[in-house]
Amino acid sequence: MIKDANGLIDYTEALKNQSSSELKLYVSMGTCGIAAGTTPVLNKIYQTIEEKNLKDIIDVVEVGCMGLCHSEPCICLENKETNEKVYYGNLSEEQVVQILEAKFDTELAGAKVLNKTWNTPEDEEISDQIQTRIVLRNSGVINPEKIEDYVMRDGYKALAKALTEMKPAGVVSEIELSGLRGRGGGGFPTGRKWQFAASQDADQKYLICNADEGDPGAFMDRAVLEGDPHSVLEAMVIAGYGIGADKGYIYIRAEYPLAIKRLEIAIAQAEELGFLGENILGSGFNFTIELKYGAGAFVCGEETALIHSIEGKRGEPTFKPPFPAISGLWGKPTIVNNVETFANVAAIIRNGADWFKSIGTEGSPGTKVFALAGKINKVGLVEVPMGTVLRDIIYGLGHGIVDGREFKAVQTGGPSGGCIKADKLDTPIDYESLKALGSMMGSGGMIVMDEDDCMVDIAKFFLDFTLEESCGKCTPCRIGNTRLHELLEDICSGNGTMETIEKLKTLSAAIKDTALCGLGQTSPNPVISTLNNFYDEYMQHVDRKKCPAGVCTKLVSYTINDKCVGCTLCARNCPVSCISGERKELHHIDQSKCIKCGVCYTACKFHAIDRT
Amino acid sequence: MSSCTCSKDGGCSGIEEINLIKLFPEKTSELDRYIETLNITSDIEQNRGYLIQVLHRAQGIFSYLPEDVQLHVANKLSLHLSEVYGVISFYSYFTDKPVGKYKINVCTGTACFVKGAGRILDELKRYLSIEEGETTADGKFSLGGLRCVGACSLAPVVMVNDKVYGNVTTDMVPQIINDCSE
Amino acid sequence: MFNLKINNIDVTVEEGSTILNAAEKIGIKIPTLCHMSLDCFDVENRTGSCRICVVEVANRPNLAPACCTPVVEGMEVKTNSIRAINARRTMLDLLLSDHPKECLTCAKNGNCSLQDLAAEMDLHHVMYEGAMSKYEIDLASEAIVRDLNKCIMCRRCETACNTMQTVGILTGANRGFEAVVSPASGKSLTETKCVFCGQCVSACPVGALSEMNYKYDVWRAINDESKTVVVQTAPAVRVAIGEELGLEAGEIATGKMVTALRMLGFDKVFDTDFAADLTIMEETHELIERVKANENLPILTSCCPGWVKFFEHQFPELIYMPSTAKSPQQMFGAITKSYYAEKIGKKPEDIVVVSVMPCLAKKYEASRPEFAPNGVRDVDIAISTRELGDMIKEAGIQFSKLDDSEYDNPLGESTGAAVIFGASGGVLEAALRTAADWLTNEDLKDIDFEAVRGLEGSKEATVNVAGLDLKVAVVSGLGNARKLLERIKNGESEYHAIEIMACPGGCLNGGGQPYIHEDTSILEKRKEAIYREDSGKEIRKSHENPYIKQLYSEFLTEPGSPLAHKLLHTKYEARENV
Ligand SMILES: Cc1cc2nc3c(=O)[nH]c(=O)nc-3n(C[C@H](O)[C@H](O)[C@H](O)COP(=O)(O)O)c2cc1C
Ligand code: SF4
Ligand code: SF4
Ligand code: SF4
Ligand code: SF4
Ligand code: SF4
Ligand code: SF4
Ligand code: SF4
Ligand code: SF4
Ligand code: FES
Ligand code: FES
Ligand code: FES
Repeated sequence: MIKDANGLIDYTEALKNQSSSELKLYVSMGTCGIAAGTTPVLNKIYQTIEEKNLKDIIDVVEVGCMGLCHSEPCICLENKETNEKVYYGNLSEEQVVQILEAKFDTELAGAKVLNKTWNTPEDEEISDQIQTRIVLRNSGVINPEKIEDYVMRDGYKALAKALTEMKPAGVVSEIELSGLRGRGGGGFPTGRKWQFAASQDADQKYLICNADEGDPGAFMDRAVLEGDPHSVLEAMVIAGYGIGADKGYIYIRAEYPLAIKRLEIAIAQAEELGFLGENILGSGFNFTIELKYGAGAFVCGEETALIHSIEGKRGEPTFKPPFPAISGLWGKPTIVNNVETFANVAAIIRNGADWFKSIGTEGSPGTKVFALAGKINKVGLVEVPMGTVLRDIIYGLGHGIVDGREFKAVQTGGPSGGCIKADKLDTPIDYESLKALGSMMGSGGMIVMDEDDCMVDIAKFFLDFTLEESCGKCTPCRIGNTRLHELLEDICSGNGTMETIEKLKTLSAAIKDTALCGLGQTSPNPVISTLNNFYDEYMQHVDRKKCPAGVCTKLVSYTINDKCVGCTLCARNCPVSCISGERKELHHIDQSKCIKCGVCYTACKFHAIDRT
Repeated sequence: MSSCTCSKDGGCSGIEEINLIKLFPEKTSELDRYIETLNITSDIEQNRGYLIQVLHRAQGIFSYLPEDVQLHVANKLSLHLSEVYGVISFYSYFTDKPVGKYKINVCTGTACFVKGAGRILDELKRYLSIEEGETTADGKFSLGGLRCVGACSLAPVVMVNDKVYGNVTTDMVPQIINDCSE
Repeated sequence: MFNLKINNIDVTVEEGSTILNAAEKIGIKIPTLCHMSLDCFDVENRTGSCRICVVEVANRPNLAPACCTPVVEGMEVKTNSIRAINARRTMLDLLLSDHPKECLTCAKNGNCSLQDLAAEMDLHHVMYEGAMSKYEIDLASEAIVRDLNKCIMCRRCETACNTMQTVGILTGANRGFEAVVSPASGKSLTETKCVFCGQCVSACPVGALSEMNYKYDVWRAINDESKTVVVQTAPAVRVAIGEELGLEAGEIATGKMVTALRMLGFDKVFDTDFAADLTIMEETHELIERVKANENLPILTSCCPGWVKFFEHQFPELIYMPSTAKSPQQMFGAITKSYYAEKIGKKPEDIVVVSVMPCLAKKYEASRPEFAPNGVRDVDIAISTRELGDMIKEAGIQFSKLDDSEYDNPLGESTGAAVIFGASGGVLEAALRTAADWLTNEDLKDIDFEAVRGLEGSKEATVNVAGLDLKVAVVSGLGNARKLLERIKNGESEYHAIEIMACPGGCLNGGGQPYIHEDTSILEKRKEAIYREDSGKEIRKSHENPYIKQLYSEFLTEPGSPLAHKLLHTKYEARENV
């Protein structure tokens, strides 16, 4: 138990002075690492260390996300003396043994070396400069299950500073001055929100961390919680102190079992050391944190719905005002902030508002974590200062499009956002510029699409999502989105007319104008945005009854041309066996049976299959 | 309500209604022991705050939440059955229907979608001859969709119970199903 | 006070008012569907879900729902900008696109807010047609029909059932397009603890909830030569039926109603009020016995079947408390099929007892098996005030032009004490009138117990009778009942007698009464009419009803006698709390 701020300093010093081994071996144990097979690799590492008796020279650190999802399983070997780091990706068990045996000699090991410095693709210079790690400062570096690792990197120092050197109002105003905006999507100034709650006179206030991360294709919050849970806990105590709340909840989706486990461990450890609980660091301030689980409802990311969910109700949003900061959980003033928002707080308190404002843009200070996914070479997490140009993210950090194909669009903001076309790739991104492009920041998912993606189909996909996730409470979202979806379905199946397009436009506008909560208010965005950016593609569907990307099965047919050499590959791969033909003879597709899966099209090495 | 997990469900003349609470006293007392660790009082609003976690636990124990389990939970927390049902039917995580031994879930998040999750789902439907949300007649497999599991780098992703398959292609489907029999 | 402009008209309203309130103040009606407010019971449904009330507010990115947007200083509102009009029409369009447009055959035809809205907005075709919900109609109960295909998800029924009545049957289920309001697991109401109070039916603005209709059964019975068809009319019907038939709210229509019933072809037109007097005889007898013995107190009234079913399900531990006296409807049936049958020399099965009730729970009550000795129901058909109104219309009877006439005898005579059964507090007041006389052996003149009158949810009084301080309470609305019962359960109440009515305000606001469409002033008028009828009566105490006296002397001997017990008392059973 650490009694006060000095106690923390002593404890931190003691930890830092502990002797450490010559080599540190970081093993990426995030969800996607584990899914990609890191566990057997880790076991092999322990086994080899044991067998070769390397315990004294190598420390194994199981870390969270390193951001290198594209190369999992992935490890990093650090030489404590030279501070040199080497990353190895796509590892097999055998390679691990080789690496350990060779102790650094990569050539000897023959493994794929990713880079020499932090997360810099080996052949790119720029990315080093464009990544700035505030939110992910500890992710991939510390063992998230060890509070000592966090403390050693100046963890809980900001808490000590806030509790001993600052008044609650000072904490709130520091955050306000920093210009930090909510990373959960809306971009509302965090300090101003805290101010609302701080100024409420109430016997009880609550603080909630929104860890519902429902946006499909986004995994920033998961990475923070899995890789650096204490950064969120610390921030919550600071925020609680600022607004006068002594009870915090983390509302986390049940689909993140690993994050839940690590949070549970982190909370227990923080309680044990006295960063949570009564009389924290001798300040007289009390704060507790409880985990609450989601149960599979995207709309529960919306704050009023989230509050209802914590109260044990159906996660239906309610009309605002009153805002939660005035009347929230059980009718008490409540602040809801996103995981990533919180992950910035300790750094701001420690380094000051001016430092934070020096990063990013004037209107959107700081960094943003993006989850790159889709048809991009280097899928993963990147953290860049606000104002970074899209092209640098997609081509610099993401290494461009898979198989060297043509970039078509990037979708930001998830189901509430929109698509950005190639001609806008040089836009520096922040909250406002994305909005101006008809998209939005959202939570930070970036899904990259290429010419094989049909934009009408993408719009329909997002509406599918909204339909399934709509709470069904209000008319425009419950019925309106169903109708929008039907209109898109008409277009994709060749029944669309100009009237369909007109209806899409007017109905979209009406839904945006009338829906009760953010989900419905933004649900037509993918439709509007694709209509604006890819009108031609819609027209192809409507006028020519063709899907240029070959996705809308009702508008596509596959036929075999005379380039066919009769290799039979397509016939062997067709899932419904509707391709016939003798070996070395022209093959033929039975159109009545073809399910238009496109397998043959990709399989044929001779460009003998036409998609029209 | 029919809640048989047996393959003869519907075609069986013996059992009319299964009451899991009565049928599995040890499971019921496991649930009750958990509920006792909570601070249940006469304050209904406070009790309601525990509802979702109790349901998580109950589904973990019984694997699904038929009406008798719902009622048991409702009574323990002094809530109306309708309130419990309203919650269960809202959250996709909860189910009042028995599920297969192997829960096959295709990620239908955006990243997986653009990487062809739809085709994987179609292939699984065809292969198992069931629709999304259904369970095979032998009670072995249920097929469902799932929103992003955060492993987008491995898109498209299929989860079988807790196991994640990444970079799935349609020809991996037989193998995935095969793995289940082991 | 806030100043704002609506359509460029200045208006000043109190803080906390909504745009809807402010608009009303200057005579602008903004259409609403989901919003419901029953001021006199302090009940509001403010879900903001239908979005039909959207208006344009300056400097706001999207439209604002008038029903739940609080006004702020300097607000500028446009209710009829083209943007707002288009949005409202789109909302209506969308609602209709998922709605069976069956007005001509719909139970709420003429009483439907959606229909009215469609007429007002004059939408000529539905633009966004598409898939429609498909639900099986719940026809399983004797009292209520649920046709969720017509549900517009306004959630008013939930507010009625869960917030106001706290019965807790209805919940939002599923989500998205499949979202619907229903009992757990989509069951029929009969499989739940629904008490059939019908408050959800009154709250539902459309035809998704309506009563089970028995008009045709009545027509058939009337036209069956082999049957003697007698009709009884409940106390609260006479002050409300006129609303259905062109009279002003609050006009007493007893005489016209009796005339109309005769014109419809009933063989005898009797009055439930007679049985109400009988109920008082039995219940007061029980009260006095319990008070004298000082045991099983408080005694709870038992004439409301909604309330009876409520405690059977939700307070089984208190099952010994309610009086064992049957409700007037059932007493009437039992006496008709015994005493009266004998008198006219008919077999019980050849008599059809039709009751006209302000209530839907009475339909259910009439079907309870214990009220069908030897398989012959004491009450064969129960119809609501609304159904009677419809029958009169169907028969082409020009109600407002009718002359008054009198009930038949012997089961048609009643006292003022019986009439007030129709208002919350009436049963208790009637019992007190008789108890006071019986305990003092006098004919007391001061018989107006004002303290227990009125629409408030709970009232209480201490009445000194013959040196005895009787502490009494009156609650109406099951939400209020629950609070009181919790107190009783915890031993925190010291009452001798409590009247409980399921419907807020009592039967005058029953689930079978003409729809008030949120105009609660109508309830006030009905209440006043009831007390007017009482004070106009020559006899105002149940035990002074000459035909009651005759009934006891000819048949029952005395209150609480073995025969009275057999015919006029019942017992309760604990039921599943699902
Ligand atoms: C439909 C919907 C889903 C949302 N999902 C999330 C989410 O998953 N995570 C999140 O932090 N915020 C989400 N939000 C935003 C929250 O409502 C809220 O604004 C946010 O948590 C506030 O935190 P911030 O100010 O730190 O961003 C969602 C909003 C809507 C309308
Ligand atoms: S917009 Fe959609 S999610 Fe939001 S309240 Fe309305 S129906 Fe529910
Ligand atoms: S598209 Fe699919 S189904 Fe059609 S022929 Fe090719 S492989 Fe077979
Ligand atoms: S794969 Fe191509 S070349 Fe081979 S048989 Fe099929 S169409 Fe012909
Ligand atoms: S509910 Fe209303 S609109 Fe619908 S069919 Fe009935 S009367 Fe017509
Ligand atoms: S309102 Fe129109 S549809 Fe209805 S009956 Fe009259 S004419 Fe026919
Ligand atoms: S009749 Fe009464 S108890 Fe039954 S559902 Fe309606 S409001 Fe609830
Ligand atoms: S049943 Fe009626 S009151 Fe209930 S939600 Fe539906 S339309 Fe509204
Ligand atoms: S209060 Fe009257 S109308 Fe309402 S349920 Fe009871 S008896 Fe029926
Ligand atoms: S390694 Fe995939 S999220 Fe970080
Ligand atoms: S979209 Fe499938 S794992 Fe994220
Ligand atoms: S009446 Fe205002 S939203 Fe329904």
